Amino acid sequence: MYPSDLKYTKNHEFIKLLGDGTALVGITSYAQEALGDVVFVDLPEVGAKFEAGGEFGTVESVKTVSEIFMPSAGEVLEVNGDLETHPEFVNEDAFGKGWMLKVKLTGPLAADLLDAAAYETLVNEESH
Amino acid sequence: MSELKKTPLNAVHRALGAKMVDFGGWDMPVQYPSGIIAEHVAVRTKVGLFDVAHMGEIRVKGPQAMAFLDWLTPNAVVKLAHGQIHYTAFLYENGTFVDDLLLHKISDDEFLLVVNASNVDKDFAWVKQHAAKWDVTVANESGETTSVALQGPLSLAVLQPLMDIDLSQIKYYWFAFGKFQGLPVMIARTGYTGEDGFEVYCPNAKAVWVWNALMESGKPHGLIPTGLGCRNTLRLEAKMALYGHEIDDTTNALEADLGWIIKLQKGDFLGRDALLKVKEQGLTRKLAGFKMLEKRDIARDHMDVLIDGRKAGYVTSGSPSTTCGVNLGCCYVPVSHAGLGSRIEIEIRGKACPAEIVPTPFYKRAK
Repeated sequence: MYPSDLKYTKNHEFIKLLGDGTALVGITSYAQEALGDVVFVDLPEVGAKFEAGGEFGTVESVKTVSEIFMPSAGEVLEVNGDLETHPEFVNEDAFGKGWMLKVKLTGPLAADLLDAAAYETLVNEESH
Repeated sequence: MSELKKTPLNAVHRALGAKMVDFGGWDMPVQYPSGIIAEHVAVRTKVGLFDVAHMGEIRVKGPQAMAFLDWLTPNAVVKLAHGQIHYTAFLYENGTFVDDLLLHKISDDEFLLVVNASNVDKDFAWVKQHAAKWDVTVANESGETTSVALQGPLSLAVLQPLMDIDLSQIKYYWFAFGKFQGLPVMIARTGYTGEDGFEVYCPNAKAVWVWNALMESGKPHGLIPTGLGCRNTLRLEAKMALYGHEIDDTTNALEADLGWIIKLQKGDFLGRDALLKVKEQGLTRKLAGFKMLEKRDIARDHMDVLIDGRKAGYVTSGSPSTTCGVNLGCCYVPVSHAGLGSRIEIEIRGKACPAEIVPTPFYKRAK
């Protein structure tokens, strides 16, 4: 159910390693479903640096707001500017056009990231 | 934690793929797969169907029913005609809220009170306790009755083909008894969305059948099931109060901007003395509507209102508004800052964000 080429956090972010020391970061399909219709995504400036677990932004839905955290230490290379006018991309395609940041990894990959199977187990536990 | 209560439509919601939440002890649909925004738009432009079976129904009957309710509640019960409804409240002696409700006058000696789900037990005890001195009987029918709310400009077109009475004859805030494909029901032209619509009251055993018949009749009109998520954004745009937010046992009816249901001239009623005193002394704070001035700022329930950098009030409800295209809300502020155009700030995650007091309701349907 969850793409096996991604890693996941317990806070429901994903990180997609691109193989050249960079990665894409966003929130999971489970997270967007829990939030409901996303109306605004607040993202950091290019060049901002974050530790693993550092808060890098917020996602506002009609119903609620949620902080989003960096899956692994990194420096922001690019933010998804499409989300400015199309925050609903997060709902429509969380792992694809709903991506939020492209980062340069600035340290070893965080040790507590989950693979797809472990993440699915976590989600199943939370939703029951 | 006790087990969540379920309406007779619970399995229907689950089959429709609804996301369910605990709402005041009830397992209720907050949204269906179409999502809050699409559901909100459906009610404003076409029609949506809500399960409101969790709402409570209290029936008051007897020779003194009218006099009793006229004393128990602040609005003028004696002015209601048979088949008419008004919005009113149960007030504590100090003028704050036990609950708000819709009062339906069936006859001089029979009234149906529709109250909030989370307050049913408290309300029933409240009415019973005060009824002791009057020649009335009070019955809690909440467990037997289902109501569904058909809301939106196309509501009449969806419901009329199923009914044996002419719905166009029922005015807003009036009700009638009729047959829904042969089943005796009560139809009230009310709702909690600021839109035209009807609430259908039927026995629990017929709830699923009524729901399915409405869904079927609504198909050509774009009817979709709508959840509590959009119910909240719709009622906020119409500035309808929500117990636990705009009103509760710490807010009095005058500061809640509900002076229009407080008929101080009608004679004695529970809470009147306190409200007279409030009126005499003048309000210190008031419920006001605001909009955020920056597109990115969204106020949420319970956030602080700041004036000159100091906490001066709080947000009772805050949300993006789908219809108005701005982020808005209601808040309690000192009367000095409750006037239209007043600038306030809302503290959002540690940041003071500018807002302006604006006219309410934020949304009003064209008549």
